Amino acid sequence: MDLIIKSMPFLLTGAAQTLKITLIAVTLGCILGLFGGMGRLSKNRFIRGLATCYVDFVRGTPLLVQLFIIYYGMPQVIQGVKGILEVSFALGPFSSTSHIPPFVAAVTACSLNSGAYVSEIFRSGIQSIEKGQREAALSLGMTSKQAMRHIILPQAVRRIIPPLGNEFIAMLKDTSLLICIGYAELTRQGQLIISSTFRPFEIWFAVALLYLIMTLTISRLVDVTERRLGVNGTHQS
Amino acid sequence: MALIKVRNLEKSFGKLDVLRGIDLDVDEGEKLVIIGPSGSGKSTLLRCLNLLEEPTGGSIEFAGVMLTDRETNLPQIREEIGMVFQSFNLFPHKNVTENISMAPLIVKNYDRSKAQDIALGLLKKVGLSDKADNYPAELSGGQQQRVAIARALAMQPRVMLFDEPTSALDPEMVGEVLEVMKELAEEGMTMAVVTHEMKFAQEIGDRLIFMDEGLIVEEGTPQQIFTEPSNARTRSFLTRVMQ
Repeated sequence: MDLIIKSMPFLLTGAAQTLKITLIAVTLGCILGLFGGMGRLSKNRFIRGLATCYVDFVRGTPLLVQLFIIYYGMPQVIQGVKGILEVSFALGPFSSTSHIPPFVAAVTACSLNSGAYVSEIFRSGIQSIEKGQREAALSLGMTSKQAMRHIILPQAVRRIIPPLGNEFIAMLKDTSLLICIGYAELTRQGQLIISSTFRPFEIWFAVALLYLIMTLTISRLVDVTERRLGVNGTHQS
Repeated sequence: MALIKVRNLEKSFGKLDVLRGIDLDVDEGEKLVIIGPSGSGKSTLLRCLNLLEEPTGGSIEFAGVMLTDRETNLPQIREEIGMVFQSFNLFPHKNVTENISMAPLIVKNYDRSKAQDIALGLLKKVGLSDKADNYPAELSGGQQQRVAIARALAMQPRVMLFDEPTSALDPEMVGEVLEVMKELAEEGMTMAVVTHEMKFAQEIGDRLIFMDEGLIVEEGTPQQIFTEPSNARTRSFLTRVMQ
C-alpha cells in the first residue's frame, strides 16, 4: 500500500498524459470523422473511394503497426524527400535528423485511427435518420447542404453520442500501446516504476485502477450528456 | 394558363416502370385530386412534381420553368411548391414554432421576429396556437399533420402537394386535417391531392384523375367519375372503395 501511495504522483503524471493524448486524438478524430463519414456517403465517386480506403486501411490494420509506420517509417520517408530536394533542386541544407517526437507520432497515429472509427459512427448515424427528414427539408427549398447542417446532422449527433463515448473509452485504453515508442503515458510510467521496485503486482494493479477510474468517469459523463440532449427523451419521436 | 405542365412523364425504378407516360396540366387555383389503387404510381407522380423523384423521361414545367432541365435551380423552385407527407416528417429536434419558422429563416433569410410572426400566425390558422412550444412527439398525429401543413405554408407556396395526408392517421383525427385542407381550398390555393378519402375528393375536387399501372386511365369532374365512370377499371376500383 505504501508503495502504491509513494508511486502515485509518478503514475498520475502518466495518467494525465494518457488523458491528454486521448482528448486530442478523439477531438481531431471527430473532425476527421465528420468529413470521413460524409465522404463515405458522398455522391462523388472519388471522394467516396478515398474515404473508404482510409477507413478500411485504418480499421483493418493494428494501431500498433500504424504507430510504427509513423514513428519509425516516416523519418525514412522524410530523409528520402530531403535528399531529393537537396540533390535535384539544390534546396537546403536541412537538419540531419528526421526524428519525429514521440508526442507528435502519438497524436498523429491516434487521431488518424480514431478518425476512421468515428467516420463509421457518423456514417451510420447519418444513415439512421429517416429519409423523410431530408425530403421534408428539400421540399421546403433547402439545399442539400442546408438539410444536412440544420436537419440531419443535429439529429445524427444526438444518436451517435453513445457510440462516440465507446470510441473515447476504447481510444483511452489503446493509448497504452504508446509504451512501444517510449511515450510517458500511464502504462509506461508503471513499467518504469516496476523496473526499479520489482513489485509488478501492486503497480500493475494500481495502473489498472487508474484506467478504470478514467473510463468509468467518461462513461458517466456520456450518460449525463445523453440525458441532457434528450436522446431517449421527449424530443425524439 | 397552366401552372404545372407535365408531358409524357416516365419514371422507373430499375426494371419497374411506375409511370408510363403521363400528360397533365394543373391550372392556377385548381384543386386536382388523384385516386387509384396502391402501386398505381399516384404518389410517385406527386413526388415528381417537385423532383423528390427524378423522372426517367418526359418533362415537367412549373410557372414557365422547366424543372427537368439540369440547370434549373431546384431549391428555388421548391420554395414555391409546398408538400405535405403521409408520415408528417416534422423535425423532431425542433419545437412546433421552430419547425414552421425554420425554412423562412434559413431559406428566405427572414429575421427571427418576422419568421416567428409567420409561424404564430399559421399556428392560429390551423388551430394549434396552444402547442407553439411543444415538440412533435408530444402531439397527436392529427396535430402533427396540421403543423406540417403550416410548415409548408410558411414558405408561401403557389401550389400545395398532399401525399395521402390522412392515411397514417387514426380515424378520429382525419376530420381535423381535412378541415384545414378544405379551408385552404376555399382560399383559392392551387392543390394536388393524392387521397383515399372519396367524400373529401368529391367535396373539394375541381378535377379528378384515376390512375392505374402508371397511366391516367380516366379524368373528369368528381361528379362524372363517381356517378358514371366510363372505364371498367375505374368502376371496379370505385365499387371496392365505396362500399
